[in-house]
Amino acid sequence: MLSKDSIAVTPELVRSHGLTAEEFERIKTALGRVPNFTELGVFSVMWSEHCSYKNTRLELKKFPTTGPRVLVKAGDENAGVIDIGDGWSVAFKMESHNHPSAIEPFQGAATGVGGIIRDIFTMGARPVLLLDSLRFGPIYGESPEAQKNRRLFAGVVAGIAHYGNCIGIPTVGGEVYFDECYDENPLVNVFCLGIVRHSEIARGAAKGIGNPVFYVGSETGRDGLAGAAFASRDLTEESKQDRPAVQVGDPFKGKLLLEACLELLASGCVAGIQDMGAAGLTCSTCETASRGGTGVQIDLALVPQREQGMTPYEILLSESQERMLIIVHRGQEKKVKEIFEKWDLPYALVGQVTDDGMMRVLDGGRVEVEIPADILANDAPVYMREVEVMRPAPKITIDEIPHTDSHESLIRLLAHPSIASKNWVFRQYDHTVRAGTIVPPGSDAAVFYVREAGKILAATADCNHLYCKLDPREGARIAVAEAARNLVCSGATPLAVTDNLNFGNPYRPEIFSQLREAVEGMAEACRKFNTPVVGGNVSLYNQNPNGAVDPTPTVGMVGIIADERWITRQYFQNDGDVIFLLGPIGEEMGATHYLKVVHGRKEGQPPRLDFDLELRLQEVLSSLIQQGLVQSAHDCSEGGLGVALAECSISGERQVGASVRIDSSANRMDLLLFNETQSRVIFSVSRENSGTVEKICAAAGVPLFRLGEVGGPELVISNGKETQSWEIAELYKTWYCPIEDAMAPNES
Amino acid sequence: MKIAVVQFPGSNCDQDCLRALRDGVRVQAEYLWHKETSISGFDAAVLPGGFSYGDYLRCGAIARFSPIMKAIISAALGGMPVVGICNGFQILCEAGLLPGALIRNESLHFVCKPVWLRMETAETPFTEKLARNRLLRMPVAHGEGSFFADARTLSVLESQNQVVFRYVNESGEPTRKSNPNGSLANIAGICNEQRNILGMMPHPDRAWDRRLGSEDGQLIFESLVQYLESQTARR
Repeated sequence: MLSKDSIAVTPELVRSHGLTAEEFERIKTALGRVPNFTELGVFSVMWSEHCSYKNTRLELKKFPTTGPRVLVKAGDENAGVIDIGDGWSVAFKMESHNHPSAIEPFQGAATGVGGIIRDIFTMGARPVLLLDSLRFGPIYGESPEAQKNRRLFAGVVAGIAHYGNCIGIPTVGGEVYFDECYDENPLVNVFCLGIVRHSEIARGAAKGIGNPVFYVGSETGRDGLAGAAFASRDLTEESKQDRPAVQVGDPFKGKLLLEACLELLASGCVAGIQDMGAAGLTCSTCETASRGGTGVQIDLALVPQREQGMTPYEILLSESQERMLIIVHRGQEKKVKEIFEKWDLPYALVGQVTDDGMMRVLDGGRVEVEIPADILANDAPVYMREVEVMRPAPKITIDEIPHTDSHESLIRLLAHPSIASKNWVFRQYDHTVRAGTIVPPGSDAAVFYVREAGKILAATADCNHLYCKLDPREGARIAVAEAARNLVCSGATPLAVTDNLNFGNPYRPEIFSQLREAVEGMAEACRKFNTPVVGGNVSLYNQNPNGAVDPTPTVGMVGIIADERWITRQYFQNDGDVIFLLGPIGEEMGATHYLKVVHGRKEGQPPRLDFDLELRLQEVLSSLIQQGLVQSAHDCSEGGLGVALAECSISGERQVGASVRIDSSANRMDLLLFNETQSRVIFSVSRENSGTVEKICAAAGVPLFRLGEVGGPELVISNGKETQSWEIAELYKTWYCPIEDAMAPNES
Repeated sequence: MKIAVVQFPGSNCDQDCLRALRDGVRVQAEYLWHKETSISGFDAAVLPGGFSYGDYLRCGAIARFSPIMKAIISAALGGMPVVGICNGFQILCEAGLLPGALIRNESLHFVCKPVWLRMETAETPFTEKLARNRLLRMPVAHGEGSFFADARTLSVLESQNQVVFRYVNESGEPTRKSNPNGSLANIAGICNEQRNILGMMPHPDRAWDRRLGSEDGQLIFESLVQYLESQTARR
């Protein structure tokens, strides 16, 4: 007999759960009755955007998700898995914690890290590295916004450090950008990668009728109530009152849970495993049942609880951290007891797998919830949202941009926190634990040696929000191309992608249009680069009273470096090496950082990506690297050739100058230095190999320019008519300190 | 010869230490679970880095009450070589095996970066293979690594040559800038009076493979193995 609680399910209550009248009708039809209060709560989280992707599912289907290396596809499990050879594979995924971080930056970011790590070890994989893609409003100045942005930035970085450092997984790279559009709505996208043998990949399915279902990990409390529903709303002034929807992370418990689960998985007694992330116990029970084609019955009276007097509604919707649901082969219950007692972790036998396809929740003897699991997990409504025709941003020519002093402009670009060194961030993260970090944060891609497997991996996260704002389709294409280019520059072969789509409110046609354009652009590029999307996350409603954030489809890409000798760094290595530009000299000024930082203009048509040229460039660069001809290679991105050359000089442990001459037909130095035409790489080569390199590139039909030589105390750049020079020591200081300087008032 | 790598709940450099010993110096090494009460069968012990018990009270303050610590304290007092790295150093101080304390970094931030160390004494089992004044490169990664002791303790440490490593610059000078955490007298590692117990904040377990940018950490483990071999030979 289903329990009827005293709380009546009124239209008002339905609305306050974020469900529309039509959705409520759909629920009643599916159930053949009116849901009770607890069931309404269960539907509200499972059918929220965060869990059901109801507004984006049709768009996400456009991504290429298969390939010869794909072992577990996007959406099938907690994370996708790809083959890296010799019986080894990697599970990886990126996920956002934007809304919680806006309200409570430290815990919001910390639990984001904890959540993505659980997604990875749920696959049976040992997590080996983390990356973050972070975006905040400007941090300079004394305005209330700047002060708030600094507080958010400091809190998010400290929160990531808190969880990642303690659990002992190195944060080896990522990106940080600052722009007004992220005022009060920071983006916190966290990426985790784990390593697992093919034969040991775990599944989140409730298999085997009669198998016992265990709850393991932290006790359930009232924290994070209905966080998934909270993340599916606009952020407003009142959002602060949603602070109880933010969870509290305990990385120590997380570490114990990680080790205990991996030990249990290795024992072979696990039939299915699922973490309790968004929508907690609710999501883990109905999803495992749905995947297994079974039912799951649990009794809430058996669930370890942190507080007294919690209602079934609260227990089911709690998002308390560090909890897992584990289905064990019958007869192996003792193993769970042994291992969880060893690690001093709470565990409880809470139910079993059934054959009736139901998610059935008891509280003592009373049935509180009885819903077909499939309806919850798969039958959420799917919407085709309204779109509008996007007007392309008009082209901008150099004549529409006032000529500025290039000497000063390069300094201003290097000092902008989006381009400046992120050392203040990265040194707060433990990036050397697990003794595998070969190329630490601050190069084009992080390079990591996975000792378990004897494999060298490279990983990067990329997205240029200026391009995406002004042309979401082209911006998303470029995000994929740049990620691939970064990997190739580091010596890797790109393998696969995880994405994090950060957009505003999808009910607004202009926002949904951005999303569709970006997805289609990303899908097209992933096909071209042969890098399937194996998982990801959508974060909508990134919106504050001032408007939506710029469309930010972040791309996380993983590559493999087959030979240690191919590992390549972005900074110049030896005096006397010859510097080349691979790719065109370029002239596209729209949507550039120069235009934004120096001229205060976020406008113009972003650069166009030529897939054919990009692919040929990456192919020839890979081949040069694999022939041992390349000393350093750096992707040319924000800030153009000028910033890229400066970074080659100053971003290594040793700073070294360079002298460069580019005979360009254009008169203006700023056009030469700061245009952001795509498909360009600066690389250096020993003098004796420079001739060989020129021959190979000519044969491949990729433009190549011999720019000059590494060496000296200055960076000297000439266009044949004008010559500019910068002292390396000064450039270094300009670039190294801005973030630390901006954050200094917070230190005291 | 067998070396124990002690696993506390929250240790996170236990795997790195075990690999540094097994794959780096190729010596027999095994994990020793914190709930064990005996260290018999082992010739030396490594207390690895991490966040034992979450470091929720004071770093190392709870770990020192773990069952295995009784056996470690008694073996260490009996002369067994014991090295505590990072959180392990904090545990050794909390257990009273080493003087002084490790307090919050001067910057109030966690700091992870490569540092230069100058070896101040070769008269320990962990440094006898190294030339005095030799510079070593390896990373630090800690939030509470600022070594502190009262003036008298400090002068005893200095006069008895118990400071084993100091943070220095590339030229070997202990400058303020080269000190990553505000440690007194740039102290990065110390030993006890009997010289068989070493505590150090930097991570030799992350500097034993050319690919990691430095193999200097390996020298410390090699010294230990050499010392243990000479002990066996003497017996």
